[in-house]
Amino acid sequence: MAIEHRAPIESGCPDGFQYMHPVMRKNYGAWDYHEHPRPGVLLHVAKTGDQIWTVRAGTQRILDVFTLRTLCDIGDKFADGYVRFTIRSNIEYMVADEAKVQPMIDALEAEGFVVGGTKNSVAMISHTQGWLHCDIPGTDASGVVKAMMDELIDEFKENNMPNRVHMTTSCCQINCGGQGDIAINVQHTKPPKINHDLVSNVCERPSVVARCPVAAIRPALINGKASLEVDEKKCICCGACFPPCPPMQINDAEHSKLAIWVGGNHSNARGKPTFQKLVAAGIPNNPPRWPEATAIVKRILTAYKEDARDWERINDWVERVGWPRFFELTGLPFTKFHIDNWRGARRSLNSSTHIRF
Amino acid sequence: MADQHHDTPMLDELENGPWPSFISGIKRLRDKHDDTRIKGMANDLLGQLEHSYETRKGYWKGGTVSVFGYGSGIIPRFSEVGDAFPESREFHTLRVQPPAGNYYTTDMLRQLGDSWEKWGSGLVTFHGQTGNIMFIGTSTDNTQHFFDEINEYGWDLGGAGPCVRTGMSCVGAARCEMSGLDEMKIHRTLLNNFTDDVHRPALPYKFKFKVSGCGNDCMNSIERSDFAIIGTWRDDMKVDQEEVKKFVARKGREYVIDNVVTRCPTKALSLRDDDTMDVDNRNCVRCMHCMNVMVKALSPGDDQGATILIGGKRTLKIGDLMGTVVVPFMRLKTDEDYEKLTEMAEETIDFWAENGLEHERCGEMVERIGLVNFLEGVGIEVDPNMVNEPRQSSYVRMDGWDEEAEKWFKRKAEEKVVAAS
Repeated sequence: MAIEHRAPIESGCPDGFQYMHPVMRKNYGAWDYHEHPRPGVLLHVAKTGDQIWTVRAGTQRILDVFTLRTLCDIGDKFADGYVRFTIRSNIEYMVADEAKVQPMIDALEAEGFVVGGTKNSVAMISHTQGWLHCDIPGTDASGVVKAMMDELIDEFKENNMPNRVHMTTSCCQINCGGQGDIAINVQHTKPPKINHDLVSNVCERPSVVARCPVAAIRPALINGKASLEVDEKKCICCGACFPPCPPMQINDAEHSKLAIWVGGNHSNARGKPTFQKLVAAGIPNNPPRWPEATAIVKRILTAYKEDARDWERINDWVERVGWPRFFELTGLPFTKFHIDNWRGARRSLNSSTHIRF
Repeated sequence: MADQHHDTPMLDELENGPWPSFISGIKRLRDKHDDTRIKGMANDLLGQLEHSYETRKGYWKGGTVSVFGYGSGIIPRFSEVGDAFPESREFHTLRVQPPAGNYYTTDMLRQLGDSWEKWGSGLVTFHGQTGNIMFIGTSTDNTQHFFDEINEYGWDLGGAGPCVRTGMSCVGAARCEMSGLDEMKIHRTLLNNFTDDVHRPALPYKFKFKVSGCGNDCMNSIERSDFAIIGTWRDDMKVDQEEVKKFVARKGREYVIDNVVTRCPTKALSLRDDDTMDVDNRNCVRCMHCMNVMVKALSPGDDQGATILIGGKRTLKIGDLMGTVVVPFMRLKTDEDYEKLTEMAEETIDFWAENGLEHERCGEMVERIGLVNFLEGVGIEVDPNMVNEPRQSSYVRMDGWDEEAEKWFKRKAEEKVVAAS
């Protein structure tokens, strides 16, 4: 007998107005200006003169229902029951009454949440799940981020940076964390180890061959079994073959390293958007607290904070002072691996006499 | 159960330090929840995670799980070490579409939390990097139950796999004076036009819409979406000269010259001797920097609309790609304007569905076939705003130059007529 199934209601994306604070609903599209009274707090003023005060707080991102309810309790008590989340997974409470702001900050901090993340702070690190849930992770982004934010918490709570610093973490080169002023990403350094007993059962071989960016994979008969082989000289260790073919194990306890990239900037402000550039690699993937990665990030932040001018993002700063100076100020080694050889790489080479001495 | 916890010496280290700890949260579920199912699931999840920390490897594999009628929206996870950690052996995530701008009432969050506690692990993230609410961890059976329950009160699954993915929009017009768009309307109009393509993966690969109200592009739409809609304006920016004077008086001329005037990428600003601001609007590229600094004094103009870029994506397979301008300005006011936007998105997706290779993002296809072939395929005329500079290479066949030049003059003449009417 056929089982009765409930047909889904294909409602798609819900209408957000029903969840929006009434003052924001009323003044939709009619805002005049904003101010930044203190780190973690924004004041937006509408053309009608209406005000909305926003308090932003960092959380552990992976919320248990107890924490979710604590956040809701604070919202009920101080924020008229309305919240939103930023792209970097901070929670925001919005109120029309300034008098509620300080008590709300006190309540959030009393519960261990961190008020900040606005303007020229080190914002919350954007990341995905890692070992907690992903099927292809080289590391645990959630753990890297927790350990790093422990060390950067004062920079999240204050506005001491020349401009905002967006950081991201990714557990493989797919780079789910995205572009960032500073990105901490897994970088594999050895070709995949192939379990030839499993390939023909698990993998659709032509699509695995097609996934390889450098055409290093080809079908092969290994020990009488249909499998795949990798030209290890050509292989760039990107791991693109691993998602469609798990027997091509790319993650390695020793040889999957972390690399750090800087200067990714999504904004069109001043210059056009920029992609991040490699600055450090070979960093051990060292749980549970990844101290080596954090130490390099802090060196970069210190140099940026001391040397950049107001409003310069990291990419603006390096563009002004030049890459040789960046490596000098951060004490990071410049190696042959920093010189790009991927398609379009020539545009990254200096074809001029523009050299700082 | 409470006495038989897996030892987690490495994870315990992540309970130290001032930032809120996700490990402490999972332990709360293990130790303090009333439901033994959730307790057991949290315990085994911690056990497997500790095992990952010790061996520096992940132990989840994908599979096929979906809800009735859909082929998408669930991230299936089966443990490879399920015998050691049986209660989190199946640990699927449901991707649920949030409203544009990520607004919630606490009542709704509580309701979602209650449902999730009934059917899932009690772990949730607002939001994943694609923009979904991530309900992390449930069994194959309970996936359907949880979806059925929340679907009844207004929530639907997002995309996963080769399909139209959940969109993202900035806070926009709801709270930001920089916004030149109705992000909520654009987001819902587009996403809900493609509901079928969200739920039933039948495209070459993922396709993402992101909406940012201005060039600050808080949604990273140029870098991270296949179809970026970004607010802009065509008329002059607004200058409140009294506010300019106040700003100069407060911050000093040196600050204004160093941080506003000389930072303009097209040298379109000049501070006059009387401390007012002169703007060369013809050469302003709407970068937003001066407005970010002088929030009260400078603001966007009134003739607002969107710039549309196609083809942004992250690293795999061919390397990072930014989106490319395909529409310098599209007005988005009337129903017809919105129909035009939707039609353009349909044309784009249809053309890519026809011509994209398996696992090839739209931007990678454009890279492979060239922008002109894409534009001709979707019926968009070329425009110099699409390039940083014209071609440098002479290696090109130019049959039909005269016809193409004629097309340009004809189009320009027509634009003049439209502008005059």
